Amino acid sequence: MATHAYAAHHAAAPQGFIRKYIFSLDHKVIGIQYICLALFSVFVGMALSILMRIHLVWPNAKIPFIEGGIMSPEQYLALVTMHGTIMIFMVLTTAPQSGFGNYFLPIQIGAADMAFPVLNMLSFWTTFLSLAVMLAAFFVTGGAPIAGWTSYVPLSAIGQITGPGEGAGQTLWVVGVAIFCGAALMGALNFITTIVDLRTKGMSLMRMPLTVWAWFVTAILGLLAFGVLLAACILLLLDRVGGTSFFIPGGLVVTDQIINHKGGSPLLWQHLFWFFGHPEVYIAILPGMGVASHVLSTFSRKPIFGYRAMAYALCAIGFLGFCVWGHHMFVSGMSPYSAFAFSILTMSIGVPSAIKTFNWLGTLWGGKIQFHSPMLYAIGFVSLFVTGGLSGLFLAQPSLDLYLHETYFVAAHFHLVMGVAAIFGMFAAMHFWFPKMSGKMMNEPLAKTHFWLTFIGVYAIFMPMHYIGLAGQLRRYSSAESSAALQKFIPVHEFMTYAAIFTVSVQFLFLFNLIWSLWRGKKAEMNPWHGTTLEWSIPSPPPHDNFAGGERTIYRGPYEFSVPGVAEDYVPQYQAPEKVGKAH
Amino acid sequence: MPGAVAEELEIQRGDRGPLGPPADGGEEGGGGEARRVPRRAYFTAISLALAAIVMFFMALTSSFIVRRGMGGDWQPVRLPRILWLNTAVLLASSVTIEAARRKPARGFAGFRVWWGITTALGFAFLAGQLLAWHQLAAAGVYMASNPMSRFFYVLTASNGAHLGGGLLALLYVAFRPWTPGAGARITQDTAAELASIYWHFMDGLWVFLFLLLTLGR
Repeated sequence: MATHAYAAHHAAAPQGFIRKYIFSLDHKVIGIQYICLALFSVFVGMALSILMRIHLVWPNAKIPFIEGGIMSPEQYLALVTMHGTIMIFMVLTTAPQSGFGNYFLPIQIGAADMAFPVLNMLSFWTTFLSLAVMLAAFFVTGGAPIAGWTSYVPLSAIGQITGPGEGAGQTLWVVGVAIFCGAALMGALNFITTIVDLRTKGMSLMRMPLTVWAWFVTAILGLLAFGVLLAACILLLLDRVGGTSFFIPGGLVVTDQIINHKGGSPLLWQHLFWFFGHPEVYIAILPGMGVASHVLSTFSRKPIFGYRAMAYALCAIGFLGFCVWGHHMFVSGMSPYSAFAFSILTMSIGVPSAIKTFNWLGTLWGGKIQFHSPMLYAIGFVSLFVTGGLSGLFLAQPSLDLYLHETYFVAAHFHLVMGVAAIFGMFAAMHFWFPKMSGKMMNEPLAKTHFWLTFIGVYAIFMPMHYIGLAGQLRRYSSAESSAALQKFIPVHEFMTYAAIFTVSVQFLFLFNLIWSLWRGKKAEMNPWHGTTLEWSIPSPPPHDNFAGGERTIYRGPYEFSVPGVAEDYVPQYQAPEKVGKAH
Repeated sequence: MPGAVAEELEIQRGDRGPLGPPADGGEEGGGGEARRVPRRAYFTAISLALAAIVMFFMALTSSFIVRRGMGGDWQPVRLPRILWLNTAVLLASSVTIEAARRKPARGFAGFRVWWGITTALGFAFLAGQLLAWHQLAAAGVYMASNPMSRFFYVLTASNGAHLGGGLLALLYVAFRPWTPGAGARITQDTAAELASIYWHFMDGLWVFLFLLLTLGR
């Protein structure tokens, strides 16, 4: 380890508001900026989903902010598109990885900052620009795009003629996503370099906290996946504005007009998109897995069950994530032999996922469990991951998928497994690390109330969704009133809408707790949870340069809880062997 | 061994003690801007950047191969002959950049001349590519003309953009002070080595794309 010689000197914090809080180079400030961006985006995304749910059950309701007051089917699709896009790119990709990762990765490996602070700042502001461009789609002629977050061609490529949002709105979407690719690539490069080259003395790969392992694998996925999406976006943009036909097939007639493009392949877009899109779902969920492992071990007061297996399972999921994109395309007319291969590979992801799940349960088994709020969220994460993950095995069968494709069953599956589970991972992270980030404790009774209400709420939304999916309702229909077959589902839709309104309202409890605790929370000590990793060795909140120029040495693995013959029930990674107290 | 010289330079710098925070109190933040990351971090970063670039071009390449395989309306495009000259120019620039790097690190003059020639060759390549576009356009082949021409323009433009980034790096190294100030994070040797790794890679990338366009025509 040659790194430490370089890292050691004390640096003063920058003065002045702009350098300190806006164009900051400090990984902690940038992490908080990402978290704030994700918080803003998640409330926008939730507002869109509530508007959708309201429209599904009261199609004639007057809705504010909607042109004409009553939502048209196209406006409904615009909400679907923007809800998905904002949630996936601006919430699930930014908060778990760029937000919490930025803040805690350097600290957990004993580095003073990310390897390239300027690149880090640039990455955040590029993300911000991307969000601004995407949101601008709401305010242009025709409004937001209607092609869904997957932007399938030809709908997304031909322009205004295919729908109101398909003019300027869709162009802004493509540009926004392309900008996001740039931001994500810069971030991924920085993360990997930091982990590879800036670990402190003694921090071998197999002593890294599992959070760091998760951020590491996620960054590798991001590095390899976002370049492909960028290429796809450039080709799509050229099809839209450059007159080319990479994706647009010949002979299209839309609203009685012949489309003057020929020779493109719409399937090519699907391949390129899902080659990115499938790793993307692991980009969303892996950091949550890392946090869940970390929190479960800490509050079970037990070493994580099967540390190496956990680390290898993360790598296996990351690797397999690149081999299964075809399972999104079973109905595209692909050869049954390809479908068979994609199906087998998809189901094989069940193996590392099961390793992780059983190891989480093994960690809990026989532990001295402390039900602090982060622990509740981590257990909630495991529950949601299993519930949502199991339906993935159904969808991995091409023969079943022919029926279930594009139904609410799919929507229920991915919302549980990558949406809500990942969000619970973030709740766990926020409640676990809030004392470190702010120096204040969060209000526990409020947090626990929020956990239970949210946990019940999300199951109430998404469990019934499986049933209407199995019963055959397609997920992009803006109304269930048009057909007698669908009308039977309206009471179920009403239930889900009430559950959604309830769950979203409960989130204000979280927001209130966050703000209240920042302002009035009980003061946090350095290590309130009796954790073992490096972030608990420095003051709360950490000083500008993390370790004040000092350099930490790591003596052992990250989860040494309840070690026999030791006085305390935890031995920090950074405690020298001679300082570990013996039990009397 | 330029690498060894660079290590030595870095060690000498290190011997001066940890390059303390600038006198103004280390305004730059982030754990201190003068904080040094090990030299190898830059090589990790450049390898990762190249991996991402490979993925980008592989996406375009596989699109090209898929589209070529669809056949039907494929029309071969006669590639301008100037592309052969451009390729030769770019290959020559890889030789000259090596010549620059092999000059002893402190023999500035030789380094500068060869580095300057490399930069000039880089600009010549880009100008040649623009000329090739011009010739194609004059022959009535535009980007939207046919399936092959789309890929030709997209691949050459993407390559040109990445190569342009390489040229900026060459210019940065050329105009960088020979003895960087205390705030600098890398030595001139490291900067030159990183720029040349990128440059060689761009060279290889163009050769690959040129072969793809020629053979896949």
